[in-house]
Amino acid sequence: MTIGSRTAIAGAMLTFGIVAGCSVAPDGVDIHDPYESTNRAIHGFNKDLDSALLRPVSTTIVQLPDELTDMLTNFAANIALPGMVLNGLLQGDLEGAAKNTVRFALNSTIGIGGLFDPAGEGGLYEETTDFGETLAVWGVPEGAYQELPILGPSTERDTVGYIVDLFIDPLGHIGPTWQSEYALAATFGSQLVDRGRFAATVDSILYESADSYAQSRLLYLQNRRFALGAGSVGAYLDPYGDDFADPYALPAADPNSGFVDPYEDF
Amino acid sequence: MAHTLSRREMMMIAAAAAAVTPIGASAQSAAQARTLVDSVVASINAVIASGKSEAGMIADFESIFDRYSDVATIARYALGTDARSASRADLDAFTVAFRGYISRKYGRRFREFIGGRVEVRGERAIPRGIQVETMVVLRGQAPFRVDFHVSDASGKTLFFNIIIEGIDMLLSERTEIGAMLDARRGNLAQLIADLRTL
Repeated sequence: MTIGSRTAIAGAMLTFGIVAGCSVAPDGVDIHDPYESTNRAIHGFNKDLDSALLRPVSTTIVQLPDELTDMLTNFAANIALPGMVLNGLLQGDLEGAAKNTVRFALNSTIGIGGLFDPAGEGGLYEETTDFGETLAVWGVPEGAYQELPILGPSTERDTVGYIVDLFIDPLGHIGPTWQSEYALAATFGSQLVDRGRFAATVDSILYESADSYAQSRLLYLQNRRFALGAGSVGAYLDPYGDDFADPYALPAADPNSGFVDPYEDF
Repeated sequence: MAHTLSRREMMMIAAAAAAVTPIGASAQSAAQARTLVDSVVASINAVIASGKSEAGMIADFESIFDRYSDVATIARYALGTDARSASRADLDAFTVAFRGYISRKYGRRFREFIGGRVEVRGERAIPRGIQVETMVVLRGQAPFRVDFHVSDASGKTLFFNIIIEGIDMLLSERTEIGAMLDARRGNLAQLIADLRTL
């Protein structure tokens, strides 16, 4: 059943024509957004969906006791770990894969099927990763910025990664059946909880900013590049990179090169 | 008649002077930056722990921002190229309005940090001053990184940027203020008036 609905999602996304192959961003362009008008239309759709459904539901869910919603977010985070282990291995990140393996083992057993997070309480946190990062490690360019229906901000590379992750997820072969059966619902529910917990921030971006599309795009790209750069070899090679000279530039893949200097601006 | 420097020329000279001034890589300014961020973090932790109302937290945050950050520089950067054509009076009015706006905007989110804490991890030199790295630890979540960029270019040791997991406050605010100005067809006076109510 799970596979069915996942395939349906992937199929729906393919129909939208978003897996068009990663185009290479021209040099010196930090935001590559050739599909901006389409993206803006999808952004409008996503905002409508949020205000009509996701926001009100999440506001209600987050009223539940934390003990309860924590179980949901813990469970959802736990079932994502086998996929992260696989991606860690594909990236040659043995340490990250090992950490996530131990986390999954601890939380699935002592943490009662992942409802609790004893690993995190002991300081063993998730090494977040996905196939989008694997592609980045393999040298696939970021491609154009995209806003996907329901799923939100992405890049061509991350969209491909998202779809591949649906198919290579080893959870079904590793965890008990009930983990897989509730996987999709738990992941969706967990995202609703997060939407509720961080409502002020999400609302400020979606509904209070002057151009919510531009703001979401900027936030996503910066955060994603930071996440991908932070774990890669050579990230500390050039802390005084060229981005420093251009106050308009977004930090590149190297999170330590993108220093904005407001004093230099005048 | 003596040649008087235009404002733009003066600013270029000031920028050039700033560029050749040794950037705070010395142990002393690293220590100062660390002390500043320690103070900011202690104040933030106190606000988080205070359990005050949202309005109270926003007021506290405004005073933290006022005391420890180079608001004038942040405001001018957010305004971008429009700052160059603005009059001194407009720029001052914008700075005051911007300070209130940004304090309310970030202060409103403090609720999300209740039960959490901020830990200072270390500092290092960056092209303009010192980057002080902190980790924010929230309940039930992997800690995330928040960096403060600190400089004494204003004459005092103040922070001029906050980077949350790679998300840069200066860039976000320039995007935001730019979009707000566009929506008002470049009318700065209108923007200043509206910022006071946001």
